[in-house]
Amino acid sequence: MVSCKQGPSKRKTSQVLDVAKTFGGIEVVDFRGLEAYLNRTDGKTYVINFWATWCKPCIKELPYFEQLGAKYQQEDVEVLLVSLDFPDQLETGLKAFVDKKNIQSRVVLLDDPNANDWIPKVDQSWSGAIPATIIYKNDERSFYERSFTYKELEEALKEIKQ
Amino acid sequence: MKTFKVLAFFAIVVLISAFAVNSLRTNNGSGYVIGDIADDFALKNVDGSMVSLSDYDTAKGFIVIFTCNTCPFSVANEDRIIALDVKYKYAGYPVIAINPNNAEVKPGDSFAEMKIRSKAKGFTFPYLLDEGQKVYPSYGATKTPNVYLLEKSKKGLLVQYIGAIDDNSRSASAVKTKFLENAVNALLEGKRIEVTTTKAIGCSIKA
Repeated sequence: MVSCKQGPSKRKTSQVLDVAKTFGGIEVVDFRGLEAYLNRTDGKTYVINFWATWCKPCIKELPYFEQLGAKYQQEDVEVLLVSLDFPDQLETGLKAFVDKKNIQSRVVLLDDPNANDWIPKVDQSWSGAIPATIIYKNDERSFYERSFTYKELEEALKEIKQ
Repeated sequence: MKTFKVLAFFAIVVLISAFAVNSLRTNNGSGYVIGDIADDFALKNVDGSMVSLSDYDTAKGFIVIFTCNTCPFSVANEDRIIALDVKYKYAGYPVIAINPNNAEVKPGDSFAEMKIRSKAKGFTFPYLLDEGQKVYPSYGATKTPNVYLLEKSKKGLLVQYIGAIDDNSRSASAVKTKFLENAVNALLEGKRIEVTTTKAIGCSIKA
């Protein structure tokens, strides 16, 4: 296994993705690697968005996740952007996009092709369409298969975060 | 007291099962579940003709695939969809492809672009536009690609399989399980379909 390297300019996040490989600051995980992030009970609120650079509604709402992450950074809220871009286009697609847009939230590439196995583990109700978002804190959890405005996203966060 | 307890128990069981059935039915909004009877439709094909499932007298059923020009997962599956049509058309299960997207939101999925794509790839199957976007919500499709395997029965078009083409949308060469082919083969052999619903990542349908 390649050892983990923290992206130099990303917000400080805890090390949970122990099976990750890193390419230019972007971690590549399989579902087992991601799963740790979906089930933490450390009192923090996690906002986890499934997206891809080629997904138009995802790109439209991405700035809202960035804005949310920046605003609530000091209040134990962490935004994780889980990209479903094709791994063979990591350099030209995802990495180029993250650099160009100067994305501050943590970005991981989920490279696990057998989606039929892991989609229901993210949420039983998820059809597999993106964008999709989980917001959770300890045992409180909401799943959304939809797009957000900033206001809607902030309201969804507040419902969980209290 | 004992009767009350028993009654209360049954009331709870009924409530829970009603809730469970309800949550199954409404998982992705409305739409079909396995065993439902699917509606026919009349949609415009890329060749200008109108296509309905009732046009196919000799078919045993249909592989209805909601797909589009622009979604990378759809594009990655184009060759597989052609191969499915070639393989199963003459066995009685032709592919019927439907583009559910609103071209005003996604210009690359306009009817003109569908014609171009169909010709460029040499689609062997009808490629229909869900004009007015009425068909995909009644089926309950949420993304592209999204497959519905229908079998003709006395009651109508029986929904037999819903989900993914196989277990690797991105790469045909890495596929281990061909969910849809297994389902069609089971129908052709008169066997029970082992896996009737599967999931895959796809692009949300643009309303």
